Amino acid sequence: QANQFFGSGHTNNWAVLVCTSRFWFNYRHVANTLSVYRSVKRLGIPDSHIVLMLADDMACNHRNPKPATVFSHKNMELNVYGDDVEVDYRGYEVTVENFLRVLTGRLPPSTPRSKRLLSDDRSNILIYMTGHGGNGFLKFQDSEEISNVELADAFEQMWQKRRQVQYSELLFIIDTCQGASMYERFYSPNVMALASSQVGEDSLSHQPDLAIGVHLMDRYTFYLLEFLEDIHPASQANMNDLFKVCPKSLCVSTPGHRTDLFQRDPRNVLITDFFGSVRKVEITTETVKLIPNITEKDEKLTEELMLTEPQKYVEQIPVAEIIHQKPKQKDWHPPDGFILGLWTLIILVFFKTYGIKHLKHIF
Amino acid sequence: MGLAFEPFMLRTYMSENAMGSTMVEEKFVFGERAISYTREFAGQKKKTGGMPVDWLVKTMKSRGLEVYTQSFSQTLPFPDEVKERYMVRGTNVYGILRAPRGPRTESIVLSAPCSEGNNNNQAVGLLLALASYFRSQIYWAKDIIFLVNEHDLIGTEAWLEAYHDVNMTGLRSSPMQGRAGAIQAALSLELSSDVITSMDVAIEGLNGQLPNLDLVNLFYAFCQKTGVLCTIQGKLQRNDWNTLPGYTHSLSTMLLMVLKQGSGRPQGDHGLFLRYHIEAVTMRGINSFRQYKFDMTTVGKLIEGMFRKLNNLLERFHQSYFFYLMPSLTRFVSIGYYMPAFGFLALILVLRALDLWVQLSDSARPLEDGASEGEQDSSPSLLTLATPVIICHLTGLALYYLPVLSQEMAIQHFPVSETEAVVLTAIAIYVAGLALPHNTHRVLSGAGTERGWRSLKLFSLLYLAVLLGCTTLINFSLGFILAVTMIPVTAFIQPHRSSKVLHGVALILVSPATTLLLSIYLYHELIEYPVTLLECWQHFLTAVSQGILDHHLYGSLLYPLIALFIYPCWLQFWNIVFWK
Repeated sequence: QANQFFGSGHTNNWAVLVCTSRFWFNYRHVANTLSVYRSVKRLGIPDSHIVLMLADDMACNHRNPKPATVFSHKNMELNVYGDDVEVDYRGYEVTVENFLRVLTGRLPPSTPRSKRLLSDDRSNILIYMTGHGGNGFLKFQDSEEISNVELADAFEQMWQKRRQVQYSELLFIIDTCQGASMYERFYSPNVMALASSQVGEDSLSHQPDLAIGVHLMDRYTFYLLEFLEDIHPASQANMNDLFKVCPKSLCVSTPGHRTDLFQRDPRNVLITDFFGSVRKVEITTETVKLIPNITEKDEKLTEELMLTEPQKYVEQIPVAEIIHQKPKQKDWHPPDGFILGLWTLIILVFFKTYGIKHLKHIF
Repeated sequence: MGLAFEPFMLRTYMSENAMGSTMVEEKFVFGERAISYTREFAGQKKKTGGMPVDWLVKTMKSRGLEVYTQSFSQTLPFPDEVKERYMVRGTNVYGILRAPRGPRTESIVLSAPCSEGNNNNQAVGLLLALASYFRSQIYWAKDIIFLVNEHDLIGTEAWLEAYHDVNMTGLRSSPMQGRAGAIQAALSLELSSDVITSMDVAIEGLNGQLPNLDLVNLFYAFCQKTGVLCTIQGKLQRNDWNTLPGYTHSLSTMLLMVLKQGSGRPQGDHGLFLRYHIEAVTMRGINSFRQYKFDMTTVGKLIEGMFRKLNNLLERFHQSYFFYLMPSLTRFVSIGYYMPAFGFLALILVLRALDLWVQLSDSARPLEDGASEGEQDSSPSLLTLATPVIICHLTGLALYYLPVLSQEMAIQHFPVSETEAVVLTAIAIYVAGLALPHNTHRVLSGAGTERGWRSLKLFSLLYLAVLLGCTTLINFSLGFILAVTMIPVTAFIQPHRSSKVLHGVALILVSPATTLLLSIYLYHELIEYPVTLLECWQHFLTAVSQGILDHHLYGSLLYPLIALFIYPCWLQFWNIVFWK
């Protein structure tokens, strides 16, 4: 049972979400990152376990006609900025150096905890990156680049050096042009990677919003968000479903993935292993012997109790609601007090005209 | 000529990343408001007999802008007969729309001139309607300045000089009260009718400077989006690039642009902004006899779209070309293609100069060995070379300074107006220079020698090459026109006794004045408004006076260039023809 309980090998989840481009016309990259942030938070990973890096502030940009919002669907259906977003690295703090320091844990001692990746060797880490990229590099802030070799080496540091940042399994998703080139050089074990396009292909953006005037999302992340909106913490969807997100007919580019470094079969890897933070609790009615010298009386008492099937935590406790922005359509009823008042009025008028002795005509 | 040929023309494209594609839905619907502002403005203008400053200030203030006025005065060197002004006094009114959340470091300008009569009333009306619409939006990242300038170019020059705190043309103006940061782009609007059939864009600026090609591309992109018919040089687009009529059409459009750019005159109020590295174009609404008309709302949407795109700019326009020629709105010829054309012409000069140098050094050696032909040949002293040069340049200086300085004297002696006096003095000095060779010969020693004219020609050819090279770099069209006319003839002239008349006539044909005359004639042919010789002469006289005025008012460099450099250079060649 213990083996089944700890089947996936991880006990906590972390997420590092990075948007690397600035300027108003790169609105969609910020929206990409924020939509993944939203899904990851909804599925249970707390802010303390998410490192969110946004290279520019779109919500408060002077050109935003809807200040304090970042929309992912046109006609402003879904505001991914929300009112509880916590950005850890903002603006010019998002640099290649800071990103690599977060991954490898080589941060100065004064860095606050919210800016650190404090994972251990039983953590599953989700890393999502988006921005402008090319064959073998990703552009940060319009002035520097990170290469796929640097990234692979950073992951290897995470695997080998077992004192700062470690991981049990790592999922790397990248949504840029020629994204597949970024995961070509990985060589550390337990890394699975997904990209929105192959080398030589461009990742395309999805829809423009005519009131805001920019493209709101990239196609791959748009369909990824749609897929994730259907995932709830008890979902059994696995990685093979994730690989099918955004086929070429919808995405125009060919998404790619890499699983050769990963030890488990993707079929057995749940989406919630990386995107959610499911804490497994098993309720058992058996007693567990902690102290060997327990009396026989206590043993008999416990055996009499009914043996029920171990119940999973998720089925008993209500699931966090998936928040839809559109309110449900209800039929309109007149308010209850109104009906009561109306009937009272009718009865009063009736008795006024006909007198109270006619009451017995009714009954 | 071959430049208009299709393979050399590139399709225009948007280079600036921040501009992206035209994705915003324009929501301007206040065409009626624009018309009502127009009527009010026209009425007020008639009432005050000039610019209705108070009404404009009141209206802009009520729309929520920060309004400032600037008064300026300028005295022209001589009265301008075209626009009928001599001592100009005026007021500019401008309102600043502050960006609601932005820092006040950058701005965009929308300007409409206040002209006499019934011109450009709709432009001011539309400007006011747009101001009130823009005021209610929150997505502005830059301040917007709405400028109504009086006395068109002079007013714009006064405003720009006061805004940037420089004094280049001797204008006197009141201090500038309100500023909005560095101006990134400017749009000048000229609309004289309630409905238009097409929108023309004027791009040539002062001294042939052009705005960044991205701004023209922006205009075209929004014309396509709103469906407004757009023209350049007043001509519509044609789609048949491969056929002969298509070729001639694009050729004529390009020639028009070359002529306009060569003249160095700003073709609209925008032309003066370019000097301050502010990209600007003028949009002119044209109402012709076409069936399909566009109303003010559509024009407003066009401008709103352009401004929202300009709002997205992060830096000044710098990604696209600054030097180009446009055979049509969708095609352009970049500097990389047209410079080699000039290069070949300059090569002719250099080769001829080399040839002369070789001849000179050849003839030096046998003279040293053999019997002296006379001391005259052995040393064509620097004096021989320098004297004609200095005399020619003195004539040039006279041509530059005398017309304006001596106008009082001229009016006293002759029954002409000041303008005519100036122009006629200029022509007189020009023609008098033609008589120079006959007179200076008697003074000089060493005149009439073979070596003398060769060395003078060598010097003149190199001088012309350098001059035209520098001119072409700044104003390609001017340099090219001068090169195409002057270089072939000047390369081949020689002082032969027999063909003196022929050479003389050829040289006169390519003199700057004749070039100007022919250019005017060609220009009128191209805009399909042909003129007779007499009318051409009238235009010529006007062009000379306008050239001098432009130089004094806005710092145009055409007149000084021709008077101080091209004309003396040409005179040197004239000296060579009459060397013996």
